[in-house]
Formats: sequence, C-alpha cells, structure tokens
Amino acid sequence: MKKIHIILLVAIAAAVAVLVSFLQATSTYDTVATARSKPGKFVHLMASWDKGSPLQYDAINNPNFLSFTAIDTLGEKVKVIYNNPKPENFEQAPRLVMKGKYVNGVFECSNIQTKCPSKYKEEAGSNNTQTTQAGSNGAQPASTRTISELSK
Amino acid sequence: MEKYIGEYLLPGQLGHFFIILSLVASLVATIAYFMDVRTVRLNPGTTFSPWRTLARGAFITEVISVISIFAILFYIIHNHRFEYYYAWKHSNLSLEFKYLLACFWEGQEGSFLLWSFWHCLLGLVVIKTAKSWESSVMTIISGAQFALATMVLGIFFFGSKIGTNPFILLRDTEGFLNNPDFRVNGDLSGPIMNNYLSHIVDGNGLNPLLQNRWMVIHPPVLFLGFASTLIPFAFALAGLWTRRISEWINQALPWALFSLAVFGVGIMMGAWWAYESLNFGGYWAWDPVENASLVPWLILAAGIHTLLIYKHSGYSLRSTYLFLVLTFIFVLYSTFLTRSGILGESSVHAFTDLGMNVQLFLFLYGFVWLAPILAANTFNKRIITLFSAAVLGLACYFLNISWLPLIAMLGGVITFMVFVFQQVPSVKKEEEGSSREFWMFIGSLVFFLSAMVIIFKTSLPVFNKLFGINTAAPEDVEYSYNQIQVLVAVIIGLLTGATQYLRYRNTPTKMFWKKMALPLILSIIASALVLAFGKVNYTQKGLGFEMEIWLAVAASVYAIIANAGYIWIGMRGKLNLSGGSVAHLGFGLVLLGILLSSAKKEVLSYNTSGIAVSFGEKSDQKPGENLTLVKGMTMKMGKYDVTYRGDSLHPKKPTQRYFRIDFRQRETGEQFTLWPDAFINDKENALMSSPDARHYLSHDVFVYVSSMPDPGKNTDTSKFVSHVRSVGDTIFYSKGYIILEDLAGADNIPLDKLSPKDSAYTATLHVHSFARQGDYKRNLLLVKPFDKPSYAEPDTVMAEGLILRLDDLNGGKANIGVRESDNVLEYVTLKAYKFPFIGVLWGGIVITAFGTFMSMARRIRLNRAARNKTEAAAGS
Repeated sequence: MKKIHIILLVAIAAAVAVLVSFLQATSTYDTVATARSKPGKFVHLMASWDKGSPLQYDAINNPNFLSFTAIDTLGEKVKVIYNNPKPENFEQAPRLVMKGKYVNGVFECSNIQTKCPSKYKEEAGSNNTQTTQAGSNGAQPASTRTISELSK
Repeated sequence: MEKYIGEYLLPGQLGHFFIILSLVASLVATIAYFMDVRTVRLNPGTTFSPWRTLARGAFITEVISVISIFAILFYIIHNHRFEYYYAWKHSNLSLEFKYLLACFWEGQEGSFLLWSFWHCLLGLVVIKTAKSWESSVMTIISGAQFALATMVLGIFFFGSKIGTNPFILLRDTEGFLNNPDFRVNGDLSGPIMNNYLSHIVDGNGLNPLLQNRWMVIHPPVLFLGFASTLIPFAFALAGLWTRRISEWINQALPWALFSLAVFGVGIMMGAWWAYESLNFGGYWAWDPVENASLVPWLILAAGIHTLLIYKHSGYSLRSTYLFLVLTFIFVLYSTFLTRSGILGESSVHAFTDLGMNVQLFLFLYGFVWLAPILAANTFNKRIITLFSAAVLGLACYFLNISWLPLIAMLGGVITFMVFVFQQVPSVKKEEEGSSREFWMFIGSLVFFLSAMVIIFKTSLPVFNKLFGINTAAPEDVEYSYNQIQVLVAVIIGLLTGATQYLRYRNTPTKMFWKKMALPLILSIIASALVLAFGKVNYTQKGLGFEMEIWLAVAASVYAIIANAGYIWIGMRGKLNLSGGSVAHLGFGLVLLGILLSSAKKEVLSYNTSGIAVSFGEKSDQKPGENLTLVKGMTMKMGKYDVTYRGDSLHPKKPTQRYFRIDFRQRETGEQFTLWPDAFINDKENALMSSPDARHYLSHDVFVYVSSMPDPGKNTDTSKFVSHVRSVGDTIFYSKGYIILEDLAGADNIPLDKLSPKDSAYTATLHVHSFARQGDYKRNLLLVKPFDKPSYAEPDTVMAEGLILRLDDLNGGKANIGVRESDNVLEYVTLKAYKFPFIGVLWGGIVITAFGTFMSMARRIRLNRAARNKTEAAAGS
C-alpha cells in the first residue's frame, strides 16, 4: 500500500468522523409542546408572536431584554425571554424561528430569526395589493409620510 | 386586442423575440459544434468541417441575442416602464442610477442573464484562442448556454412552466389580476381599466440592503467566477471525449487560474457587502449561501494544484479530472440550493422558490450525467450511460422516492470516476515523501475534504427533505464550522509555506533545510511575538480551541514569511516567475486576517451605563451587549465617549436615515463621527439597519443600530417648561417632585477651552419619583463664556423620562427647564465591535488575486511561446 493511500484513508476517515460528530450535535425544529418535553435541550422553536399577550421591551432602561409570549401553529403558548434588542422587523414577521432552550417555565432564546416576507425576496405577487393600492388612490405610501414627519 | 393607455410594448416584444432567438441559436451552436467534432474525428487528417462555420455563426447570433436581451431589460428598468413586472418589482423612481444595475440582478431572471452574458464573452475568447479544442469545448459551453436560455423562457410546455420570463407584463401577473382596484367598477369579473398605468405611481423598489455599492459590482464578479468554472470543466470533458487525455491541461490552466482569482474576489466582495451593510456583525457567518459558493472555489483550488502536479510530475491526472469537473457540478449545486427555496429556514438570504425546482434539478442532473457520457471510452458504454441517466431521471420525476435523486446524482459522479479510471493512465511508481507533488497532493486533498465537510453541513435542509427528517443546525453554527476549519487552516498554512521549498520528484534533505532554515526561524520568532503581544485570547470555547487558534496563527505567519522568502531564496527576486509565491503569501495573510479579526473581535458596547434596571426575572448574568444612547447624552463605550447627536435623511431617499454618532477616545482625545444608517422598509414599515465603520490600520470600529424608537409613535411634542426657583424650593412633575438643593458658582470645571474669564454654575437637584419610590441626584451645568452666548448641559433621568437643564441664574434664583418626554425620548440602541486587523484580510485577498493573475499571465506566455515553437518546427 502506498503512503498516499494510507493518508487518503486516514483523511477520509477523519472527515467521516467529523461529519458523524456533527450529526450528533445537530438540533431539531420543535413546537412548543415538544420543546417543553425536553427542558434544557437546545432546539429551534417555530412559532409566532402572540399579539394578545403583553410584550415587554424598554430600550431606554434595558435594550438587552425582551420578553413576550410565543404561540405555535397548534395554539400552544410559551413565554420567551431574549437578552438582546428586539429584532428589527419583529412586529411584522409572520413567523419566528427561535433558537434556545426551555428552562424553568420559560423559553430562553439566544437568537430570533424573523422570517419576514420581504427580507430578501418576496413570493411573487404576495404584496402586490398593498403597494398598488397605495398607488391607486394616488397618495404617498403611509410609511413615507411617517418618515418625512420625523425629519422635522 | 385591447389597448391600454401609456403602455410601450415594443421592448417587451423584442425581448421575447431575442429570448427565443438565443434559445434556438444556442441549440444550433451545440448541435453544429457537436457535428463538427464528429465529422473531424470520422475523417482523419481533416481539422475543419463546414459545421464549424455554422456553429460559429449560431454562437455569435447567441451572443448578440443575449446582449440585446440585456440591453432591453436595462432600458425597461432605466426608463421605469412599470408596465413590465420586472421593472415594477425591482425598481422605483427614486432609485439612484448606480443601483439600477443592482435591480437588474436582484431577480433570478436578471442573474441568469448575467451568467449567460459572461458565458458569451468567455465563449468568444475560446473561439478565438482554443484552436483544435474549439469545437469540443464550445459544444459544452453552448449546451450550458442552452440550459441557461431555458431559465428565462417563461413558456408552458406540456403543462409545466419552463423558466420565468423577465419581460412579462405587470397586468399579466396573478397579483395584479386578483386586485379589483384595477378593474372597471372595482369588480374582479370586469375588464382591466384601460388607464390602469396611471394608477401605478411607483415601483416596488429595490431591497434597501441591496442598495450598496458592493451590490453593483459583487454579482457580476461572482457570476464571472461561476461562468469561468465552466471552461476548465469543458476542457477536461473535451479531453476525455476526443481522447486527448492530457493535452488539454496547458490551455485549461490559465483559465482555471483566472477563474480562481475572479471567483475568490467575487466571494469576498460579497463578504465585504455583508460586513458593510448587514448587521450580523461580520463578513462571514457560514450562511448556506456563502458556503455554497466557497465550496466550488475550494475544489477548484485543489484541482489547480493537482493539475500542476500532473504537469510537472505525471501524477494526479485522475484527481485533476475529478476536481475540475466537480467544481462546475458544485457551482450548479449551489445554484440549486440558493434558488430552489430549499434552504428556507436555514438561510437569511436565499432566493425564494419561483416554481422552477424541477428545471433547476434538471440543469444539475444533466451536467452531472454529461460528464460520464462524454467520458465513456466505447460507443456502447456511452449509449448505456445515456440510457441509464434518462431512466433514472424519469424515475426521479415519476416515482415519488425521496432519496432517489441523491442516488441518481451520486450514480452519475461514480460512473464518471469509473470511466476516468478506465481512460486515464496513472503512474505506478510511488511518490517520494520528499517530493513537492506528494505534499501538494496532501494539500489538495485537505482542501477537497474540507469542501465536502462544509457542503455536507450546508445540505442539512436537503437531507431533511430527502429523508423526511427534522434536523436543524447545532447550537453554535459558526463554531461547528470553525472548530474543523481552523485545523484545516493549520495544515494548509504549513503546507503553503513549506511545499514550495521542495522540488518535484525528490528533494535532498540538506538542501531543503538550508533554504528553509532562515524563513523557519524568522517565522517562529514572528509568531511568538504575535502570540505574546497580540493577545489572541479567545477563551469562549475552552483551551483546546484557543490552542488550535494559536497553532493556526503560527502556521499562517509561517506561510506569509516562507512565501515572501521564497521569492528571493527560490526565485532570486524574479517577480514574473513568482505568481504562485505571491498568491500563497496573500493567502497566508487571508488566513491570518481571518484568525485575528475573528478571535480578537471585541464587543465595545457593553451596557455599563448603570441604567440597566434589574427586571427581577432572568436578567442575564453578563452585561448586555447593546447600549442605548439618548440624544445629546454622552455615554462611555469601551475607550470611547460616545454621543448620539441626531440624525439626518438621505437627500433622495426619505426612507434612509443616518444616525450621527460622535466618538471621542478618552486617552488620546481623538474624535470621529460614524453614520450607521437605518432604512424604513416601505412595505413593512420595518427597520433594517446598516453598519458604519471607522477604519484604522490595526482595527475597525464597527457600529450598527440594533434598535430605535418606533417611528410611528415618535412624535415628540414636549418642550422645556421653565421654573424659577430659589434653593430649597420644589418643582412638581407628573410622577414626582424635584428639589433644588444647591446653587454654586463653579471654578474648576474640567471643560476644554474654558478661560478664567468665563463663568460657570451648577445646580444640584434631587429628584424623587413617586412611581418608582426612587431618588436621583443631578448636577446641572451652565457655562457663561464672557464673549459667547451661554450654554447649558442638559441632564436626564431616563427612568423617569425627565430632561433637566439649568437655563439661567439671576439674583440667587435659578431658571430650571424641565422636560418630560414619556416614551418620546430620542434614543438609539447600538451594538459596536472592534474588529482588529480586518485590513490584513482584505489586503490578503487583493494580493492572492494579484498573484494568481500573475501566474495566469505567465502560463499564457508559456503556452504562446510553446505554440510558436511547434509552428516554427512544423514550418521548417
């Protein structure tokens, strides 16, 4: 056997070992119920913000604390704590991917990914109505007004 | 046919025409080039057949068509012809000219056109230079062009849509047709209003995050990188197809080097864009979109090295075939990943599904199987391979077996490998352990396996889909990549430094150490200094990882010094021969820059203001990483005093808001201003922010807005109300009271530029809050310069939303301004980083690319000289 073959085998074995250990470290996508069933384990919780429950965020006093209630598609709710500023398009995001752990009755979240339809590219035609309506009554879009007010 | 007021349909009709023409022309070119290869082979002694004339004509027609499509689409965007869906969707009236190109390639259609455009230009160069390789290489290029042309076709074929057409009209899109506002009488059953265009005042606009100068230049460069990987792929397959197993490498080498440089620069321009305009705090996040383009680059780098091994020693030709073919296959795979929408949750910036997944899959599948079909060494094998590819493809489509597509793809690659083994001879003798080729091969292998590991991790969403499982990325995604790749960096750094000092075939030990000694000693000293004084203390992941980082730093320092040294020791300073050393030196800098900037990245904006009220429940142990600045108030951030001075709007784009943040280094007194900005997204009324950075030679100070008041609520109408009070008097405000405790003239106030003639006063206030049962003390300062108007420094009790100011002082009575602005304080929350030595990374990229181009130029010169020599020999 040539040296190069031995090295080839060792290197490929190393790569496979790396991948196997990677697979063991992976987490899962979960609902509130399944996340609750494995406390302390890191999961990706898929849910949305329950707008009926209070949201606590005070950027002046502590920009690093956000607390709200998340509701998943099955209607289960859980309180979420996130020690970072509120994501920019939090209110608009139809869905949140929250990475964290369920501990002591709350979901401690280390990262929130807001799935905003316009984050990069929207579904074809999904937001036509909004913009074209703004166009059809000939008025400026509402948000532009807000900003020009701000500039004063 | 109905007429609509204001529509200009001619460009669209021309566009449709050229799309069809380009499809037909590329198909004709493919077939004619194929026939030329066949005819020439069947008639030994000939080098040309009439087919080639036809093929060239067809390819030039194709080039003209693609350029016309490009020009027409740009015309439509530039003139804001919103009757076309593409212009409406991707641009708007207020967009600056330079970003119109960014609109062009924001959509999938535009980026496919860009790709196709580069293939056209590269194809023309191949026609001009490839001589006996023209037809076989161009068959493959024209075939790829045909595949790309179908992507923008937008017609229905047996009920399935092929491609999406960029010239589609707005009034033909579903969203428009379902909107009653555009119908006569506002009724969906009614006809479309013939003046509908007058209601479309503006387009949808370009995603603000893409309104960045790098978004104008990064996609063209990256797509040139993508496009150019096709050429080495085509040469390799042409070699197998025409049974000229090794003659192609001299011509393919400069192309591969070109591709490596352009592709690498393209990727890093994207990284630079991410650094400048995204707020994930860095240039690289191991996002699937980034990985998908890095992987083919790594394989290409491996392929170039094995090609050089073959050229000089006769080893590694099989691996060269495999690597160069896989490079292009992985370009297609990355296209599939980023455009099919399969990445979904796992990436923040992939394209969404346009319903073209079958077609994208076919694009990949076709080229995966093209490789073994061309590599087959007998006619029967070729037919059987073609047949199996077709059967497997149909089975994937009709049988709903989820793992079959994976097997079908792997089948193609494995068949190709088998055929390469049959056709390509290899050297039986073992490489010497002291030879350059041996260690170069190890390096290539490590690059390739590292690429495989990365793509495997990136493909988790694909595996989820294939096997119906539910895995997500690990807790710390970046670490899961870094912990492996840092070891790759160690190996590559060492090999990059040492291998050039080895000779092909074998190296006398004594000679190696004689040359190596000085660079090695220097490297040990230099890396010891870097590690001793550079404070590379990345402790977050434990000592093991920290030591790996140290090793990698030492290895990259060694790579830099050894390669710089080799230019003199090995090449005696002949720079025109040293492209490789220059590129490797640059690559060493890239590694070092990555390691230092990542390991020494510091958060500057720790929340040390002391305002952070404990919320009782679960407040984090570590100080928060974000700092809120109230307008006008100076806060401490690391070594800096920072003040949020205000904001201003972009003159043309009222949605873009710049925040003025003044920095003052407390020790050196150095002052500067950063302007991180935030966009208000029209559609969502949501904020997106882009960072700003101050560049130094040794580091960047990097700041972005992580939160700001909701602009909808922020209509601050409160004003200062003045109260004239004596010492001991009380002022009431809505939530409590304020007692003026003391008034004093101040003499030694630590303010700059205060002369003895100026006077200053302080008022000491005691604020008592009913609501919080809290007490606060504030000293207000009023400075009265003798020759200038006086000014007061306001102070804030933020928890109470109170702003206090000593406005004037007259006869023992103070005039105190009190402003209550509940919820309307102007503030901004920032996150700030210090990125050390990021310049080393960018500089390294430039040097790597430069060195690679030097090598390319040298290889072209050598090829030309060799050709002239053979021609001269043939002539004599």
